Amino acid sequence: MHIVDGALANDVVIGGTVLAVGGIALGLKSLTAEKMPAAGVLSATFFVASLIHVPIGPSSVHLIMNGLAGLVLGWAAFPALFVGLLLQAVFFGFGGLTVLGVNTLNIALPAVIVYYLCRRGVASNSLTTAAISGAIGGGLAIALTTAFVAIALALSGDEFIPAAKLVFFAHIPIMIIEALVTGAAVVLARRVKPELFATFNRSTTEEVAL
Amino acid sequence: MSHVLSAGRRALTDTGEARGTLIDGIDVRTRIVVAVAFAIVMVSLQDLAVLTTGLLAAFFLMLSARLPVARTLKRMAMMDSFIIFLIAMLPFTVPGDAMFTVFGFPASWQGLRQAAEIALTANAVILALMALVGSTEPVTLGHALRRLMVPEKLIYLLMFTVRYVDVLQQEYQRLRMAMKARGFRPSNNRHTYRSVGYLVGMMLVRAIERSERILGAMKCRGFTGRMPLFDTLAFTYRDAVFATGVTVFLACLIGAQAIR
Repeated sequence: MHIVDGALANDVVIGGTVLAVGGIALGLKSLTAEKMPAAGVLSATFFVASLIHVPIGPSSVHLIMNGLAGLVLGWAAFPALFVGLLLQAVFFGFGGLTVLGVNTLNIALPAVIVYYLCRRGVASNSLTTAAISGAIGGGLAIALTTAFVAIALALSGDEFIPAAKLVFFAHIPIMIIEALVTGAAVVLARRVKPELFATFNRSTTEEVAL
Repeated sequence: MSHVLSAGRRALTDTGEARGTLIDGIDVRTRIVVAVAFAIVMVSLQDLAVLTTGLLAAFFLMLSARLPVARTLKRMAMMDSFIIFLIAMLPFTVPGDAMFTVFGFPASWQGLRQAAEIALTANAVILALMALVGSTEPVTLGHALRRLMVPEKLIYLLMFTVRYVDVLQQEYQRLRMAMKARGFRPSNNRHTYRSVGYLVGMMLVRAIERSERILGAMKCRGFTGRMPLFDTLAFTYRDAVFATGVTVFLACLIGAQAIR
């Protein structure tokens, strides 16, 4: 899902970078001193989660879990996922440097969208509703990410459109897997620590209220 | 220090002795700026010969940073495997003079050229980035970015992530071991995906609880939202020489592109 340097048109790279910087700034603004350790540890959690491979057919894929990251972190998903992408590019050689902004946007904006669409459902009293909301969030985040990747490619040139379509359709099994995994993760988190999905973002409203 | 990152790092950089490479002697800030400048120039170039020169320069950087060649190239190949579809489709989707035909679809020279351009750029940039910046300690990277005016909060987030990636990776291994001890074997079924989901959920719960303890411990030591970042970064004549050399080289690349 990483786009590499040299593939995209300059306008797309610049536009993506500007939007990503905006998202990161908003995310950092929401991070108070109280929330800093939680954001850091969660950022590391999602970094480790993205190293987990699950089987798919004869092969395996790594998890992305940006939907879950959005549900837990809200806007803070932007800086948290950016840090992950930066470390991956610098130390693992995944992705690229000039496309860091576009890649951040493609991963983190779906996370924030999922946060707004599914946060109520995930915090619902009914565990079934929570599980379904989590699954929808997990699947939707991947669908949006692949759609954004496809849009970034399609905006860069008509010759990329077939590849953009291929990227989207090739990711349908991954959307299903991420949906199942995210739904299960939400169920477990709700059972073990019911206030988890409220913890991180509730503290903001409380502080604002204070 | 993060095991995951430094395992990669150690494996990437370990030479079994004190390192005194050319790259190590240069300030990390200079290296970051040079890597960004190199990336921007490479992205703006189109000529294949010029791009190849850039890739060779990145190879030279990799060798002078003493990154283990086989491992670094393997990582590069992994990145290439991500983009192979994109690259492989271009000859068929870019209109132009037909080179050959597969199942009635003509492959064009122009498409092949564009595919080669992307492959050269992507590999050169990522190789230079790993050689220049990936050869530092992650914490030093944080210090250098702070000196380059990156917002403080983002640096703290980076530091926390680097610190806890290791801890959480070990926790993941423990949970995975516990699953294995109970006979879990991953395969293509809902049980696997549900179990992995529970695993991620458990890591999330533990992460939140851990962060509560961390916050308590930090507050106990007087944390008010700021952490001092001490570094020993210094801009020396070596940085000036290196930066000038790179600038001249990049100017030559741009000049060569303009001529051709």
